[in-house]
Amino acid sequence: MAEERMDAIVVGAGPAGSAAALTLARAGAEVLLIDRAATIGSKNMTGGRLYTHALNRLVPGFWEQAPVERRVTRELVTFLTEESAISLDFKSRKFGQNSYTVLRARFDPWLAGLAEEAGAMVAAGIRVDDLILENGRVVGVRCGEDEMYANVVIIAEGANCLLPRKAGLRTAEIDPKHVATGVKTTIELDRRVLEDRFQLRGGEGLAQLFVGSVTKGLPGGGFLYTNQETVSLGLVITVAGMVQNPVRPADLMEAFKCHPAIAPLIEGGRPVEYSAHLVPEGGVAMMPQVTGDGVLVAGDAAGLVLNLGYVVRGMDFAIASGIHAAEAALEAKAAGDFSRAGLAGYERRLHESFVLKELEFYRNAPHFIESTPRMFGAYPALIEGILGRMFLVNGTTEPQHVLQAAMAEMQGKASLWQLGTDAWKGVRAL
Amino acid sequence: MIKALTIEDRLGLNKFVVDEETAHITVNSEMCATCTAKPCTYACPALLYTVADGQLKFDYAGCLECGTCRVVCPKPGAISWEYPQGTFGVQFRYG
Repeated sequence: MAEERMDAIVVGAGPAGSAAALTLARAGAEVLLIDRAATIGSKNMTGGRLYTHALNRLVPGFWEQAPVERRVTRELVTFLTEESAISLDFKSRKFGQNSYTVLRARFDPWLAGLAEEAGAMVAAGIRVDDLILENGRVVGVRCGEDEMYANVVIIAEGANCLLPRKAGLRTAEIDPKHVATGVKTTIELDRRVLEDRFQLRGGEGLAQLFVGSVTKGLPGGGFLYTNQETVSLGLVITVAGMVQNPVRPADLMEAFKCHPAIAPLIEGGRPVEYSAHLVPEGGVAMMPQVTGDGVLVAGDAAGLVLNLGYVVRGMDFAIASGIHAAEAALEAKAAGDFSRAGLAGYERRLHESFVLKELEFYRNAPHFIESTPRMFGAYPALIEGILGRMFLVNGTTEPQHVLQAAMAEMQGKASLWQLGTDAWKGVRAL
Repeated sequence: MIKALTIEDRLGLNKFVVDEETAHITVNSEMCATCTAKPCTYACPALLYTVADGQLKFDYAGCLECGTCRVVCPKPGAISWEYPQGTFGVQFRYG
């Protein structure tokens, strides 16, 4: 066959794909970045906040030029019951450039644009239907009638992970225990109102995670991120949780919005978008094979998300994996070997970098979160009860020490033994 | 006052370019008829799976392309799931 063969084809122009294409293009490789969206970024969605470290290595000080929203200077974790909100509020100058809130329809075209400026070809509005295999080796992609060939195909198509199956890299169906559904409402607020309401100055931003009644006690939680002139408000709930306890995420979203602790934050705001996305939360347990002959898998498609409850990370993992995939492809090009063995540098790099070091380290976190339902129901109620006994004053109840109050509140919610084992498991998993 | 919005109102906020020719997701009526749980009818964030006259229906026009229905479906093969053809489907302006 005398077809033209590129160095690499990257499927999907999210953070993983664009980081891969940029790395390849900078090294002088001939690379095609394909995305099904008519406008790059318009199929992509996040909670969302981007931890800067991974992209900062590729584009130092990127926040100076990228369309990021706000620099996060205030972190809140909130336990929510139907009537109460109990928060840990961490405001610090130490955050520096740690993370920025982002909106992907704005951010992603910028990163793909960098890849294009560096020499990558960007093809928008084209869906990759299939991979082309020759003797079990991936040699290209099929888009409708068109066939395009490359020495390496980097799959960065996102959480639904359809193409790795076609390459034989994933055989099992996605396990409902390993993914969560995220829904989000983007709400427009006047910039001044937003900054006053959330106690922010200039480009400062807030990130808040919620656990408890937002998911009706099921594994998952809520989030609120402040953007320049919008607020990203949403929730994530594990698919397995929904199977066992029929709840509608669409309804949970509206109940969350109307919660007495949330409603005043978005009062006067105008909803401008409603979006949803799968979150691959299973960690290393759900990773497909990420290297095959002529093919690599990066980002959400490889299940590279870390959810610790208080920190949720995906885009930094996506970017680092995209960079590593590109580096491995360049190494394979230099050696003229695009087999699985020739591309082994990808997994080696994932293991050497934070990507698999952290996912391996926290490998028990997904199971802990999913198997400790008390985290989402009984414990928020317990904290509410104890604080209620401490702060509500009526002059008639028998005086109690905090410990007595705590013991009384635990009745019917959790035993000391459960609290102890959950705490022990938690501090070891998270 | 913050009011809960209906799902129709929420989907109405979004921009969709609907492929009038091809549905990217189709359901197998016979297989779905044997499914009692029908988790797709509540798990879909856009509530696009409905039962009318005992038959499961899916309205692909408002699809957010998340993939929840595919994962939640207990009958392998009952939901045939692809992304919309290039340029079609939901177009996030914020994301």
